[in-house]
Amino acid sequence: MSRASAAGLVRGGAFAAAGVAFPFVVHAAWIVNIGILTLMYAALATAWNLFSGYTGYISLGQIAFFGLGAYTLAVTFEHVGIGSGYNPLFALPLVGAGVGLASLPVAWIALRTRHMTFAIVTLTLLFVVQQLAFNLHSLTHGSSGMMLPTPTFGIANYDRPFYLAMLALLLLALGLCWIVLRSKLGLMLLAIREDEEKARGLGVRVTGAKLVAWWLSIAVTAMVGGVWAYYLTFIYPESAVDPLVMIGAVLMTFLGGRGTLWGPTIGALVLVPAQQYLLTRLGASELYLVGYSAVFMVVLLVLPRGILPSLRDAIERARERQRTRGKRISRSQAAA
Amino acid sequence: MLLEVEKLAKRFGGVTAVDACSFGVPEGSMTALVGPNGSGKTTAFNLITGYARPDSGAIRFAGASVRRPDPVRLARRGLTRTFQQARVFAGLTLVQNLVAALQQPWWAAARHAVRPHEHARALELLDEFGLAGLAEERAGNLSYGQKKLLEFATVLMGEPRLVLLDEPTAGVNPILVEQIEERIRDLNSRGLTFLVVEHNMNLVMRLCDPVVVLDHGTKLAEGRPDDVRNDPRVLDAYLGG
Amino acid sequence: MHDVIQAVILGVLIGGVYALMASGLTLVFGIMKVINVAQGALVILAAYLSYALFTHLHIDPFLSILVVTPAMFLLGVLVQVVFVRTLRGPDASELSLLVTWALALGIEGVLSVIFKTTFRATNPSYGDRSWDVLGYHVGEVRVFAFLASAVLLLLLSVLLTRTRFGRSVRATVQNPTAAALLGVDERRVSTIGFGIGVSMAAAAGAVYGVLYPFNPGSHYDLISRLLSIVVLGGLGSLGGAVVAALLMGVTEAVVAVEISPTWAAFSFFVVLLAVLLVRPQGIFGLRERIL
Repeated sequence: MSRASAAGLVRGGAFAAAGVAFPFVVHAAWIVNIGILTLMYAALATAWNLFSGYTGYISLGQIAFFGLGAYTLAVTFEHVGIGSGYNPLFALPLVGAGVGLASLPVAWIALRTRHMTFAIVTLTLLFVVQQLAFNLHSLTHGSSGMMLPTPTFGIANYDRPFYLAMLALLLLALGLCWIVLRSKLGLMLLAIREDEEKARGLGVRVTGAKLVAWWLSIAVTAMVGGVWAYYLTFIYPESAVDPLVMIGAVLMTFLGGRGTLWGPTIGALVLVPAQQYLLTRLGASELYLVGYSAVFMVVLLVLPRGILPSLRDAIERARERQRTRGKRISRSQAAA
Repeated sequence: MLLEVEKLAKRFGGVTAVDACSFGVPEGSMTALVGPNGSGKTTAFNLITGYARPDSGAIRFAGASVRRPDPVRLARRGLTRTFQQARVFAGLTLVQNLVAALQQPWWAAARHAVRPHEHARALELLDEFGLAGLAEERAGNLSYGQKKLLEFATVLMGEPRLVLLDEPTAGVNPILVEQIEERIRDLNSRGLTFLVVEHNMNLVMRLCDPVVVLDHGTKLAEGRPDDVRNDPRVLDAYLGG
Repeated sequence: MHDVIQAVILGVLIGGVYALMASGLTLVFGIMKVINVAQGALVILAAYLSYALFTHLHIDPFLSILVVTPAMFLLGVLVQVVFVRTLRGPDASELSLLVTWALALGIEGVLSVIFKTTFRATNPSYGDRSWDVLGYHVGEVRVFAFLASAVLLLLLSVLLTRTRFGRSVRATVQNPTAAALLGVDERRVSTIGFGIGVSMAAAAGAVYGVLYPFNPGSHYDLISRLLSIVVLGGLGSLGGAVVAALLMGVTEAVVAVEISPTWAAFSFFVVLLAVLLVRPQGIFGLRERIL
């Protein structure tokens, strides 16, 4: 394994260790709660990045599948007993894989269009799924929402299993990104992002690659939705398919750096606490939206490339300056 | 005939770009496709390579008919092309550019992106084109001429049977023209068939045989360079008013 | 059968209003390759303006178009200069999607603060009147709204086909580089074009408030429809937007009557997917030139 990969693994391991230790070290429930939200957004953003960051196709509908994952779990609870406590969490992979498969036909149609159209179609998909949640009364109870049975985790550490579940999903998303990037699939996706038509001309199976990345992204997103639903024990259409959550995840990815591995997570670590702060100060009034929108604008207009790529560029420039300075010094020494 | 085109036709709105166009590319040849501006060569090129859909007509490649030309399928059958404006994957390294062009079965997608023997093969090919020293450089940092060479090298990675070159020497300095010509000859001697769209008539006349001349979307002449050069209809098309 | 024709009439009338809103959206895309996700919010903003003018100054909503439209044209120009123009680079189109979405949220927020989230509706005295035409029930306001939209769309098409500015716009849409080389001031065209796009939404918003109750959150419903319409019609195609809007109006109305209202919006999405399956570029869209 190359040095870079080994270093990456070490970073990942350190992050995982710190993540796991967190809820055992911190006891204030509200902090752990913010931790859960941060991990949720980080997982969502990383999964989003897996598709949109690496293929260059911006999807604005991922949250629809978050909602589908949530509702699938809720509906399963209602019609099929999958136990309580930890058991439902083990059903998640099935939920994820299933929602992913169900999404493929729509994705296939949408991916035949150009980037802008694709973004719009996925955004429309968001609203359509929200509508379906409202309309399929017999299944989803419409606007009354659905209840999930409260798990029997002790009150003292109630949040911990959910925290660990979200952490696991984030690590899964990061792991998938890491594996994909190093694989031929990753190379195909990058080629597609650079110049899709040229990739086609070389025989790259463009559609297949995009669909695989899509499926992986959706599967993780749906699983995150499932955990979230179980955590809240009550979901309704506007909360399960919330455009603000979608835009939040996209924003965090942009802030951290699209197409990078850790970017989305960094973005989430910065923005979720800030978002929660905004909520507590302004949430009661409608100024929350204005504040949110302002933060959004600032990030997009001031730092469009994101933190990580800008940092890398800065480091690269500093190194360049060092190199040329070194050359100049040695030349002047030679001249002296 | 490795490639046969029969009565290809394509209209764009009111303009007929290509009409009743028929010609063939013999296996092992370096065939040229020439014609004055507006003769339809670019459109014919795009129709053959799947970047435009023909209104009517038939295409046969390697004995099998090509029903709905699609770049991906054609490339996997051994027909590949370069672009007029050299297109490379700017954000990837030269090696990555080449390895991305290797055609793999679908299950290979999980394998490591650039495996050692693939890296070696890419270096070999880069060496043939004089680009080995830039192997780990970002393709976006290359000069235009270097990008042309890289693009040429890239299409060879998939071990094609027929390479369509879209104005390979356009915008390129004379030394590079020589280098490209050298490569084409060398590859052709090793069994690769070429169809070249070109404006550089000197290059065409000394390199290619047969030469297909298009005018107003249809074939005007097809044959050996000297015959075509002296054909009065061809002279008329290029020089006539 | 009677119900279906009634639904078709209703669908055409409302489709006309959607066409007006969508025309602005597709025009802006054609010129700048920017999707203004805030178009829905701007419609709602105009609806509130018209509502305020009606409740406080008793100005008829259709007359308020004359006030609201120029005011929002200026707002559109301001938005373009401050937010949209600064976007550069290969990601500009996609960034614009997000920036305008942020703008939409901001507008929603401001409206929520000022007007709260209660639903409003502009109720002129003739709001409930209708005519009986050949046994079909035709609401007066809906007809006025349709006529107003038709007139404005006609004015827009005259602007685009018969004025110098319009020619500059069409040139920029077809080939920005060539247009620039021929002396078209791309910045001016973009800014004014964006302003026009917003003013179309404004006019539609003024009448929208008479047709449906609205609150600040209503923009989501609107923008999702408008986006489907412009994609179905073909991004950048004005004619496409009009056809698609009418198609949407009719489809939703007929489905509401024949099947159920709750499936109306979903059915249009299905139509959209079906069309994209066969023509990814939309009905009147151009196949993307890749070479």
